[in-house]
Amino acid sequence: MQREQTPLQRIVADFAESRLALSGLAVLTLILLVALFAPLISPQNPYDLAQLDVLDSRLPPGSRSGDGLTFWLGSDDQGRDILSGIFYGLRISLGVGVASTLCAVIIGLTMGLCAAYFGGRTDGVIMRFVDIQLSFPAILIALILLALLGQGIGKTIFALIMVQWAYYARTVRSTALVERRKEYIEAAVCLALPPSRIVFRHLLPNCLPPLIVIATVQVAAAIALEATLSYLGIGVPITEPSLGLLIKNGFDYMLSGKYWISFFPGIALLVTIVSINLVADQLRDVLNPRLQK
Amino acid sequence: MPLRRFLFAVIAAFALTAHAAELRIGLAADVTSLDPHYLNVAPNNNAAWHVFDALVHVDANVRLVPGLAISWRAIDSTTWEFKLRKGVKFHDGSDFTAEDVIFSLERAATLAASPGPFASFVKPITAKQIVDPWTIRLKTAAPYAMLPHDLNSIFIVSKKAATGARTEDFNSARAAVGTGPYKLLRFARGDRVELARNDAYWGGKSAWDKVTLRILPADTARVAALLAGDLDAIENIPTADLTRLKTNANFRLEQKVSWRTMLLHMDQYRDHPPRLSDKTGKPLAKNPFKDARVRLAVSKAINRRAIVERVMEGDAIAAGNLVSPPVFGYVDALKPEIYEPEAAKKLLAEAGYPDGFALTLYAPNDRYVNDEQVAQTVAQMLARVGIQTKVETMPASVYFGRARAGEFSFALLGWGSFSGDLALRALVATPNADKGYGAWNWGRYSNPKVDALLEQGFATLDEKKREALAREAAMLALKDVPVILLHHQLASWAMKKGIAYRPRTDEYTFAHQFRPQ
Amino acid sequence: MAPPYMGILHSAFWTLIFSMPVFIVRRLMQSVLVLCFMSLLVFVGVYAIGNPVDILINPQADQADIERAIAALGLDKPLWQQYLIFLKQALAGDLGKSFAYNIPAIQLILERMPATLELALAATGMAVFLGIPLGLWAGLKPDSWPGKLIMTGSILGFSLPTFWVGLMLIMLFAVELGWLPSNGRGPTTELLGIPVSFLSWEGVRHLILPATNLALFKLSLIIRLTRAGTREALLQDYVKFARAKGLSSTRVVGVHVLKNIMIPIVTVIGLEFGSVIAFAIVTESIFAWPGMGKLIIDSINVLDRPVIVAYLLIIVSLFILINLAVDIVYSLLDPRVRISEAKG
Repeated sequence: MQREQTPLQRIVADFAESRLALSGLAVLTLILLVALFAPLISPQNPYDLAQLDVLDSRLPPGSRSGDGLTFWLGSDDQGRDILSGIFYGLRISLGVGVASTLCAVIIGLTMGLCAAYFGGRTDGVIMRFVDIQLSFPAILIALILLALLGQGIGKTIFALIMVQWAYYARTVRSTALVERRKEYIEAAVCLALPPSRIVFRHLLPNCLPPLIVIATVQVAAAIALEATLSYLGIGVPITEPSLGLLIKNGFDYMLSGKYWISFFPGIALLVTIVSINLVADQLRDVLNPRLQK
Repeated sequence: MPLRRFLFAVIAAFALTAHAAELRIGLAADVTSLDPHYLNVAPNNNAAWHVFDALVHVDANVRLVPGLAISWRAIDSTTWEFKLRKGVKFHDGSDFTAEDVIFSLERAATLAASPGPFASFVKPITAKQIVDPWTIRLKTAAPYAMLPHDLNSIFIVSKKAATGARTEDFNSARAAVGTGPYKLLRFARGDRVELARNDAYWGGKSAWDKVTLRILPADTARVAALLAGDLDAIENIPTADLTRLKTNANFRLEQKVSWRTMLLHMDQYRDHPPRLSDKTGKPLAKNPFKDARVRLAVSKAINRRAIVERVMEGDAIAAGNLVSPPVFGYVDALKPEIYEPEAAKKLLAEAGYPDGFALTLYAPNDRYVNDEQVAQTVAQMLARVGIQTKVETMPASVYFGRARAGEFSFALLGWGSFSGDLALRALVATPNADKGYGAWNWGRYSNPKVDALLEQGFATLDEKKREALAREAAMLALKDVPVILLHHQLASWAMKKGIAYRPRTDEYTFAHQFRPQ
Repeated sequence: MAPPYMGILHSAFWTLIFSMPVFIVRRLMQSVLVLCFMSLLVFVGVYAIGNPVDILINPQADQADIERAIAALGLDKPLWQQYLIFLKQALAGDLGKSFAYNIPAIQLILERMPATLELALAATGMAVFLGIPLGLWAGLKPDSWPGKLIMTGSILGFSLPTFWVGLMLIMLFAVELGWLPSNGRGPTTELLGIPVSFLSWEGVRHLILPATNLALFKLSLIIRLTRAGTREALLQDYVKFARAKGLSSTRVVGVHVLKNIMIPIVTVIGLEFGSVIAFAIVTESIFAWPGMGKLIIDSINVLDRPVIVAYLLIIVSLFILINLAVDIVYSLLDPRVRISEAKG
C-alpha cells in the first residue's frame, strides 16, 4: 500500500501489472509510430499512381520491381508495394476508426445523458432519433451519403459516426437510467445542485465502464465496418486504400494462391485491433472505480 | 474377361447418363422476373430464353439465325415478311401460330410501367398483318433495316396462356407457357429457377432432364460452389481464378470474345469541362480534348497489352474497333492503337501541353470486369506521359445518373452491341434526341459525315450493303479518336470435367447448349 | 419461502399492466411520426442518387424511350408530388410495386423475411448460448488459462471483418474439407405456415456456416459484456455478503450475478438483434442466402425505391417493437427502472 501515490501513478502501476497489456501497449505504440511516419519509412508512396507500374503487379514477396525496388511482402494488382500499402493503410484505418469512434462517443454520450437526466419529452425525441438511426442499415446511410457528398475518407468517417452514435446513446441512457433512480442522485437533485454538475460528476463516471467496453469493441468494429463498406464498393477511394480495402482487393486472389495481397494486410489489421483491445481491456479494469482493490 | 469388361462399360455408361440427367448452373446476376416482356435486362432474358423462343435467334457469333421464323425478307422498302416454323407446339401442347406472334408483339408494346421496357423494339412497327397462319407481314413507317434484329428481343408467348396474365402469373409458371427447350417448374426469387426438359422442342432435345439455375452474384461464392461440387457449371469467372481453373484437370474452362467493348469518353463539347485543369489546379485556356492530337496522345499513352495481360489476366483482347471481332460491321483493318509513350509526349507538346495537364478519370466499381483496376492502370500510364490523373470510382447506381448529367469529362464505359452501326449510333453519332442518335455519346463527338452514313445504313435493307456502310462509318469516325478504345472482354464459363459448352459472344448461359462429353 | 426477487418481479409486473395502455399508445404515436419522417428521408435520399431507368434501361434505347419509361413510372413528377402519392397509397396499405420485380414491395419483403429471421435467430441463439457461459467462466476465473483463452478468442472474434471470416469459412469447410455446403439455403418445410429450413438435416447443414459467420461478432460482444458484468457483480456488496453468508457459488452466480448482468445483456441482445438483421446483408451476400438483406443490396444497386422504402419501414417498425420489448423486460428485471421511466 503506497498511500503517497498520485492517481496517475496508481493507474500506471496497476496497468503495468499485466504483462500482456504491456506488450499490447508496446505493439500499439510501434503501430502508431509506423502510421505517423509512414511517408518517411515506406519504400514507395502507394497512393501516387505515377509511382506504380502494372507490370510489377502481383509479384510474390521478395521480388524486385522493374525499378529495382524490393517488394518484401509482394505487390498487389496495381504493382503497389504491400509493405508501403500497409504502412499507409494503417494511417487511414486507424484514423478513420479512432476519429469516428471518438466523435460518435461524444455525441452519443451527450445525447444519452440528456435523455436519461431530463426524461419526458427530451428523452422521447432523442430516443426516437436513436431508433431511426439504429434501424438504418449502415450501408444504406453510407450509400445515400456517398451519393450526396461523393467518395472520400472524411465522408467515410462521417458515415461511421452516423452509424455509431446512436448505439452509445442507447447504452448510456440505459445505464444512466438505473443511476438516475439511485438515492445519491435523488439527494443531489434535492440539494438543487446544478444539472451539469449532477450529470458530469455523478451520472457520467458511472456510465463510463460499459461505455469503455463498447467503445473498445467499436474502434475495432469501426475499422472492420470501414473494410466492409470498402467491400461493398462505397468506402475510401480505391487509390488510397485502407487496410480493409487492401484485404478486399486481395480477396479474389486467395482462391488462386496469391495469398500475400490479402494475407499481410489482414495480419496487420489483426495485430492492430488485438493490441488496441489488450490495452483497452487493462485500462478499463484499472479505471473502473468499482474494481479497486 | 469380356463379360466383366462389358458390365463395366454398361455401369460406366449408366453412371454417365444418370449423372447427365441434371445440370446445376450458377448465374452471376439476379433474375427478377420470368415475365418475358417486363424488364429487358440480360439476366432475365437469359432465363427467359430457356422457356421461350423469339422469331429470330442469334448464334454464338451474334449473327441472326432462324428461330420461330424460318425465313424473313423485305418485300418492299417498308414491309418485312416472316415465314413461321410449322409444327411447333407450346409446352401445354397447343399449336404455335401467327396469332401468338401478333399477341406477343402487342403485349411487349403495351406493357407499361417498367424501368426497362421492350417497347422500343416494336415501336417502328406501324401495322401487322396475318397473311396466312404461317406468314406475317410487318409494316414500318420508313425503311428500317433493324427489324429482324429487334425481333430477336421479343419473346413469343402463348396467346391462350398469357391473355390477361400479370407478372405474378409468369413467375408462378401458370402463364409461362413458351415453345422453348425447357418448361418452367419453379421460380424461387433471388435463389433459383428450376426447369424441366421440353421433349417436344423443335430445335432438338436438350441433354438434361432437369436444370437448376442458381443465382449467385457473389463471385467468390460462385467459384467456391463449383470447386466444392455444389454446381456443375458457372458463368462469369473472376479473372483471379482463371488460371486456377484452367490448370485444374477436374474442371474445364471455355472462353470467347464477348460483345462488350471497354472505352473512355472524353468531353469534346465544353470549353471548361469539370475536373480538367493544369497541374496546379488552375483552369486551362481551352479544353484539350477538343484537339484530336491530344486524344490520339492519350490513346498512344495506353499500353493495352499490359492491361490485357496484367489487369485482365488474359481475359480480354486489345480493341481497335467499337465492336468485337465476330460482330456485324467489324473492320479488320482497324488495329488497336500502338503503345508509344514518346510519340504521345510529342503530340501533347505539339498541341501546346508540353507539361501535360491534370484530370479525373471516373469509373463504376461494380459494373464491368475489373473496372476500377482498369481505371487505375490507365491513370498510371497517363501519369507517365505527363497527364496527372486522379481516379474516382463509385457504384453503377450512382455512376450512370451522374454520367448522363454530364458531370464527368473523362469516363469509363462498357458497351455491348449486336452490330457496328448500332454501336456507332449510340456512342459517336451527334446526340439528337428526336432521331435517337448519340444517346450514350457522353463526350459529344460530332461528325455530320458519320451521321449521314449511319442514316443511309439504317435505311438499307440489304445486309451486305448495310455492313459495308457500317464499316465505312466506323473507319471515318475512329480516325478522329472520338473515344479511347481499350479492350474487348472475354466471356468465360467453367464447368466440371465431362461437360462441354459452346461459348457465346452475347455472354448468355444456355443450359441446352451444355453437352456431356 | 419464495426468493425475495419474486416479489419484486411481481410488483413490477402489476405496475406494467396498469401503465401499459397509455405507455403503448404514446409510444406508437411517436413511432408513426418516426416512420413518416424516415420514409421522407429515404425518398429524398434515393431521389438524390438517381433513377432506376438510367440503370435498367436497355442500352439501345434512345432518349425518347428513356423519357417514356421515366414517365410511365411516375418519376418525372416533382418529388413532393411523388411523395404525396406514395403517402396516399401507403395509408391504404400499398407501398408500391417493385420496379425490378413488378410485384408488390411488401410481398417481396415478407417472402424473404423468414430466411433472414431464421439466420438472425440462429446467430443470436448461438451468440447467447455460447457467449453467456463463456463470459461467466472468464469473469469468475479471470486469471485461469481458459479464462484468458476465452478473452483472447473474443478479441479475435471482432478483429476480423465479417466478409473475410465468411470467405475463410467457405474456403476451409466447403472447399478444402468439403464438410458443409458453400452457400444457399437448404430445403424448406412449412412450420405454422412459415417456410423454415432448420427442420431438416440438409437445412441445418446450410445454416451452420452463415449463422456462425453472423454470430461471431455478437458472440465476442456478449462474452465481453458478461465477463465485465460478472467481475463487477462479484465486487458488489450484496454478492460479497451472499458469499460471506455461505451461499453456494452456483446460487450466487445463478441468482445474484446473472441478475446483475442481465440488464446490459438484454439491451445488447435486443439492440443487436436489429443490427444482426441489418448486417445480415453482408453475410447473406457472401453465402448467397436468399434473405431480405440480399434483396436490399440488389434493390439499392438498381435504385428500386419502393422496395428500399418498404424494407426500411418494416425494419424500423420491427426495431421499434424490439425496443419496446427491451424496455418492458428492463422494468421486469430491474425494479428501480419503473415503466414510467422507460416509456421514453
